[in-house]
Order: sequence, then C-alpha cells, then structure tokens
Amino acid sequence: MTTAAPVRRVVIVGASAAGLTAAEALRREGFEGAVTLVGEEHHLPYDRPPLSKQILTGAWPVERAALRRPSDLDALGLDLRLGSRAVRLSPASRTVTLADGAELGYDALIVATGVRPRRLAGHTAPGVHVLRTLEDARRMRERLGAGRRLVVIGAGFLGSEVAAAARSLGASVTVVETAPLPLARVVGDRVGAHLAQLHRDHGVDLRTGVRVGEIVAHGGQVGGVTLTDGTVLPADDVLVAIGSEPNTDWLGGSGLDLADGVVCDQHLTAGPGVYAAGDVARWHHPLFGATLRVEHRTNAAEQGIAAARALLAPERARPFAPVPYFWSDQHGVRIQAFGHLRDHDEAQVVEGAPAEGRFLVAYRTGRRLTGALAVAMPPKALHPWRAAIAAETDWRTLPTAPLPA
Amino acid sequence: MHVEVDQPKCVASGQCVLMAPDVFDQDDDGIVELLTDRPGPGHRDGVREAAAVCPAAAIRLEEE
Ligand SMILES: Cc1cc2nc3c(=O)[nH]c(=O)nc-3n(C[C@H](O)[C@H](O)[C@H](O)COP(=O)(O)OP(=O)(O)OC[C@H]3O[C@@H](n4cnc5c(N)ncnc54)[C@H](O)[C@@H]3O)c2cc1C
Ligand code: SF4
Repeated sequence: MTTAAPVRRVVIVGASAAGLTAAEALRREGFEGAVTLVGEEHHLPYDRPPLSKQILTGAWPVERAALRRPSDLDALGLDLRLGSRAVRLSPASRTVTLADGAELGYDALIVATGVRPRRLAGHTAPGVHVLRTLEDARRMRERLGAGRRLVVIGAGFLGSEVAAAARSLGASVTVVETAPLPLARVVGDRVGAHLAQLHRDHGVDLRTGVRVGEIVAHGGQVGGVTLTDGTVLPADDVLVAIGSEPNTDWLGGSGLDLADGVVCDQHLTAGPGVYAAGDVARWHHPLFGATLRVEHRTNAAEQGIAAARALLAPERARPFAPVPYFWSDQHGVRIQAFGHLRDHDEAQVVEGAPAEGRFLVAYRTGRRLTGALAVAMPPKALHPWRAAIAAETDWRTLPTAPLPA
Repeated sequence: MHVEVDQPKCVASGQCVLMAPDVFDQDDDGIVELLTDRPGPGHRDGVREAAAVCPAAAIRLEEE
C-alpha cells in the first residue's frame, strides 16, 4: 500500500489526444475530484491524423476532426482552460503557472504537451508551412490546388502524406529528401523503395540523396527551394517536414529529467506526483529493452489512460508495455505497422509480394521479432504478428509460411 | 449501454477488436463492424476501453 495522500486535484497540461484520454480515464475509473485540463490551442480537442489527409484534401469539414462531441466533454465535468499556456512547473509547491499568471495547485500532474514541428531557421515568408495544427492545415488547404507548385522538404510520413494529398488536389509536387530512400531507417530499404515508387507512380517528383540549401523568397513570398548542388526548385508553397521537438520548454528549471522528451520510469512517473503521456513522454519500454518516445496516435491514447491509472493507484501500476501501432495513408495505399521498427537489424518480406503492391514485412532486432508492417494488406493479417511481437518471439522460430490468422 | 461506430472515420487499426472481440469485428478492408450495439455487462469495460483508445475517435457510447 502507498502512504501518499489521496489525490483530490489533478492538472493535465495539453488538451489533445493524450491529455483528453487521460481526463476521460480518470472519470471512468471513478475519480470525482477536480480535473483541470489546460490547452494552449483555442479549439476544443481535435485529432491530428486527418489534418494531412481528409482535412487537407477538403474531403472532411474541419468539424469532423473533433475528438469528442461538446456534450461528451461537458459530461466529464472538467475545468477546461483552453487558449491557456502553462509557462512554469514548481514541483516543490506542486503548482503549474499559466501565461496569465494564474497558479494551479495539484496533487497529481500529467504532462501531455506533445511536440512541435522542427523549422528551418529564419523562414517565415507566407507560403512556408509546417503542419501540426488545424490552422496550419487550413492555411495549406487554401493555397494548394491545380497549377500550384509545392515543394516538400522531408520524405517522412508527414511529408509523404501531404505530397499525396497535394497531388490528389492537382498540385505539382516535388519532395526532397537527404537519405537515399524515404523512411528507410524506420521501415527498411525494401519498403522505402516501394514508397518511393508509389510517389513516382502518382506523379511526385521525388529527389532523394539531396540537401536543401535554402528557401528563396521574393518580395515577401516564397519563390522556391535551392539544393546544395545548385538546383533551383521553383515553388509557390514549401512544407518543412523535418521532424519535431518535444514541448518541454515550460518545464525548464523544474528539475524534471528532460532529454528529448520528459523522461519517465516504466510506470510513466516523471517526478513526485508527475506523470507524462503522449508524444512528449520518453519511457523505458520493457518489451524492447529501450527508452522510447513514440509519436503515434494510438500510443497517445494508451499512454494517457495508463498515466491516469498509475496516478490513481500507483501501488497497482503495471509497466507500460504496449505493442506500438501506427498507420499512414499515401496515394490511397494504407500502411500499418506494429512494434518497434526503427534501427532494426533485418527486414524480410513474409507475406504477399511488393511487385503485387500488397505485402507484409517482419523486422528483427537482435534475436527477436520486433516489428511487422503491412502495405495494402487486409488489416487482420497483422494481428497474429502483433501477438508474436508481444510474446517476444525468437526470429529463428518464425514460421516461413504466413502465420495462421 | 448503446454503441455507435462511424465507419467512414474508422482507420482499420483493429484496436477495438483486440479489446472487445465479442462486440467489434472488421470487414475485409479492416473497417469496423458492430456485432451488437447493446453489449452485455461482461463486455462493457472492454467496449469503454475500445472507445477510449480508438485512434480515429470512431466509437461512441451512450451509457444508459
Ligand atoms: C498532420 C499529422 C498527421 C498524423 N498522422 C498520423 C497517422 O496517420 N498515424 C499515427 O499513428 N499518428 C499520426 N500523427 C501523430 C499523432 O497525431 C500524435 O501522435 C498525437 O497527436 C499525439 O497526441 P498528444 O496529445 O501526445 O500531443 P499533441 O497532439 O501534440 O497535443 C499536445 C497539446 O498540448 C498543447 N500544449 C503544448 N505546450 C503547452 C503548454 N505549455 N501549455 C498548454 N498546452 C500546451 C499543444 O498546443 C497541443 O494541443 C499525425 C500527426 C500530425 C501532426
Ligand atoms: S479501433 Fe477505431 S479505427 Fe480501429 S478498427 Fe476499431 S473503430 Fe476502426
């Protein structure tokens, strides 16, 4: 049993997938105390994956990205502080200070402040974009269309999805990437080559193994992008999609361990009464024996729930050890993956065939199966692989034939 | 408890099937299908968990 005082006031900073899911979990578990949910954005909590997909193409009105209905939010009985930025954490007095000077005392705090896009220094001309918020998506959508030229810097999942959405709107799209293949460090060369071909089949001018010199602006408008080999790529719009940085600035001086995210133990504890969840959280994942920070939508929800439970009943907390899951939609093809793929040692096609456009790849790290990725496969094909990853299956015992569903 | 799914929002992640296999299924494209919209008491916690983690916010519950 714990001797800690009962939790009466919970503050959650970050009102998006992880923060909202944590608030809901507190109520589901029967917590009747005060829950203050603080979010810098003015919108009710909304979802980000549609921003680079249905919102960017205009297939959905923006309301469709709402995470919950207003009535469902009301039912949670939260003190919802939108348009409010947390600027300081004082763990000794257990208070969070907001930008307007308000001080929120807490018995337990969940940090769920997510990440922000990395930018190229000095580039603010209209037409230079990043994509993280609803405003970012709206701004891009207004400008993309037939006859417009978009250059995407970075062929990661975000850059690739935006390239695909922009092509479907009739824009001409060039993607520039430093690595020889898109996403190869994560998904391997075979899948990287497939994704590169998919872009080219859909009319994307993909330039790999090149470096961006600078973004050129004329008269306050973006004009194009130069590469270090002297190439000039004219553009009306440029998307900078070169990764992200955890929103931990407000935690400076708090004494929390900040190292590319808020460092937590395997129960998501970052300090006395302080927990972290979502894109901002770095924790030791027992299944992979590694410290991970996962920027996937499902992880944000699972971790929000786990942090809420750990906070309410620390003595019953189990290590947070999910099999990570993500999906990505590019040019009408769905990619889905389970596990930890990055920096794997080996990748093998185990079902289907890349030439047919449908296949499943298994990943080995050390001696074990650590990941599986499917391109355009029936999603159920992945379920047995997920179970095999969770069971820490030895690579040598993998069936060569498809696992039974 | 009443369950609703928004199929056009579903991203075929299968999380709901992992958590409440007696209530949710997926079609060949992976899109969620309801096996029952009024789950029995034994399945309700799983359904609540599924609605919470669904990465597309495509499952909605009405507790009654
Ligand atoms: C365009 C796009 C497409 C994506 N597509 C996919 C996909 O297809 N599949 C997938 O698995 N994942 C995808 N993701 C990733 C997924 O959206 C994230 O993993 C998820 O949003 C993480 O949720 P979070 O709550 O941890 O953080 P966030 O969503 O980043 O939310 C953090 C919130 O905290 C607020 N905040 C930050 N600092 C403060 C502060 N000091 N005070 C108060 N509030 C603060 C921010 O304004 C923000 O609202 C995508 C992300 C983007 C941007
Ligand atoms: S969890 Fe949500 S997105 Fe995933 S299959 Fe079920 S309804 Fe669809």
